[in-house]
Amino acid sequence: MYQGLNFEAVSLPPGAEAFRAEVKSFIHEHLAGMKPVARADSWNGFSAEFSRKLGARGWIGMTWPKKYGGAERSALERYVLLEELLAAGAPVGAHWIADRQSGPLLLRFGTEAQRAEFLPRIARGELYMCIGMSEPDSGSDLAAVRTRAVRSNEGWRVNGRKLWTSYAHRCHGMILFCRTGAKEEDRHGGMSQFLVDLDWPGITIRPILNIAGEHHFNEIIFEDVLVPFDRLVGQEGQGWAQVMNELAFERSGPERFLSAFALFQELVRALGPEPGERAEAAIGRLVAHLATLRRMSISVAGQLQAGRTPDVEAALVKDLGTGFEQELPEVARLLLESEPFAGSADGFAAALAQTMYYAPSFTLRGGTREILRGIIARGLGLR
Amino acid sequence: MLFDAACRLFEEGAGKECRLAAEQGEFPEALWVKLADAGFLHPSVPEELGGVGGDALDEFAILRAAGRHAVPGPLADTMLAGWLAAACGVKVPEGPLAVAPVNFTDRLRLHKAAGNYKLEGEARRVAWASAAREVLLVAETGDGGSALVRLEPGGIRRAREANMAGEPRETLAFRNFSLGASLVTKVEVADLRERLLQRGAAMRAALMAGALEGVLARAVTYAGERVQFGRAIGKFQAVQQELAKLAGQTAAALTAAEGAYGAISRGGDSLAAIAVAKARVGEAAGIGAAIGHQVHGAMGFTHEHDLHFLTRRLWSWRDEFGNEARWQIVLGRAAARAGGEGLWPMVSAI
Repeated sequence: MYQGLNFEAVSLPPGAEAFRAEVKSFIHEHLAGMKPVARADSWNGFSAEFSRKLGARGWIGMTWPKKYGGAERSALERYVLLEELLAAGAPVGAHWIADRQSGPLLLRFGTEAQRAEFLPRIARGELYMCIGMSEPDSGSDLAAVRTRAVRSNEGWRVNGRKLWTSYAHRCHGMILFCRTGAKEEDRHGGMSQFLVDLDWPGITIRPILNIAGEHHFNEIIFEDVLVPFDRLVGQEGQGWAQVMNELAFERSGPERFLSAFALFQELVRALGPEPGERAEAAIGRLVAHLATLRRMSISVAGQLQAGRTPDVEAALVKDLGTGFEQELPEVARLLLESEPFAGSADGFAAALAQTMYYAPSFTLRGGTREILRGIIARGLGLR
Repeated sequence: MLFDAACRLFEEGAGKECRLAAEQGEFPEALWVKLADAGFLHPSVPEELGGVGGDALDEFAILRAAGRHAVPGPLADTMLAGWLAAACGVKVPEGPLAVAPVNFTDRLRLHKAAGNYKLEGEARRVAWASAAREVLLVAETGDGGSALVRLEPGGIRRAREANMAGEPRETLAFRNFSLGASLVTKVEVADLRERLLQRGAAMRAALMAGALEGVLARAVTYAGERVQFGRAIGKFQAVQQELAKLAGQTAAALTAAEGAYGAISRGGDSLAAIAVAKARVGEAAGIGAAIGHQVHGAMGFTHEHDLHFLTRRLWSWRDEFGNEARWQIVLGRAAARAGGEGLWPMVSAI
């Protein structure tokens, strides 16, 4: 039954503003002069050099224990770091998945040896990971995966295909989600997760260009790939429960409403200090949405830090946040006479085109809008 | 928790009969006594000025509950008058109260005239003026200051109207209106009228957030009970998707409204947080009321059904104390002045 939604007010911890100033000055030092079109790439921007610099500052895996290369900072301090990086359009794509998902997965379910081997390298900004979930016939329906690992004497033998794998061609490893058991009555049973090196024999990575003509996606083919026993993450057959655990973290972060922020910034810059009431109302409306989303997202971050699993609230943040990101270019384009062109010397026209190209993906990646609303409906007690 | 206590009191004391009678012009006396006894009228006014001495967040909790239960009567308006009196250092008068002006265009002016004062101007759409024991007015004094003027409604020329929810709204007209010095409290605050409108906007945002919660709870319940094509309509994905959208608007509204009260409670400048709240909650009100009605079908369109007590209030309150556009412009002007570089620092400071 519907019990209400919990978006209790969460305040950033004392010291957060001092930390914010530190992050801002780091960004100023390392990213001054970055072009709007590049900033519009947001967390798709990939720079190993920048990731290593962040790692050197202790800003990757910053909430993890020190013995695994972390800095034992709070989740809310990490929130401040992420929102400042995203608002600046910093190229955080290289380490993003490892920091957000793979590392926390290993911390929670990995063996001591796995943690000791991989976490410090992730935290240094040297080891990049991708997500091995989607397949040609398994998009929203993750339980339909066909890629299978079969136990043999030497290890697990993996065969199958993964699709839409962002930056697989530039990452070192993948958290592979696949079938290890027979199809059971419970269609969520018999799934497991493995930590796979992408340079192992039998792995082929093929590029898939997106609508912007850029190469982020890949298809990955596994042909009799041998995965050592010690690369099983967590328990055999518990893959589904482990994956569901990741999702609240994946869905409520500031990347779910700041993907289009560079465009908002260029819009305000181009409109100037006295844009007239029509433009003021339009950008004021965006500010009202953004400030509200940020408050909601911080609330979820605080609840996660407190050890709760606000998965319905996280789905709500992603649904509203990605809707906002998607609406931004539609509002912006009517406020200035400009034609979108990614190669334009004009920052607004370039950021507008770049954001429009990627906007359809906002409500697809990390769970489609329709799937999220199904989760919300379940939270309301409707299913 | 204060919100739960308030909900219990409203469930018992402010039922459908009470709401209908209030719309017919009958003041909800019995409910009013309970509200006063519970200390709900002036939760955040200091004790020495006649209030409970609580935090602004208590005010949010009570108004959210009042919105959720479509409580009839001038609760929010009396609360706002209490805030105004306290802001001027005046002990809060007893009984139901009204305030004016309540929109961005009306202004009242106070002149000295032979030892007394003259009041000029018009205040439109003042809530519950005739039912109030006193009307508290903010007037400009012409010397850069403001004045609080306390009048009994009997002597004021009034024209009765109502809002879409049947709540009384009246135009008060003052032409060469004489009043004695004892009714005037001068304050050194130039922007008292703006601050009154801000607090009023925060209150309407809190009421609307609560009303949206009420719409969501009703719509979810109804979707679980109403059967069509052999199953509860809530089992259909098309309906589930709409209810999920309603939940999102409700969550955003609650967060934005509570954010405004958080800023008020912390002290300092709360203008931006209030503007965010009134703009965002007002937008959610329109979307949420529409979804609520769509899910309820023709049943919810009848006067017999309870849904309209909430949705007619949402349609009214979003236009009171400045509509979304008014508050969006406040935010947009600040953002434009902040410029591209200043935009994120501005947003992250709200």
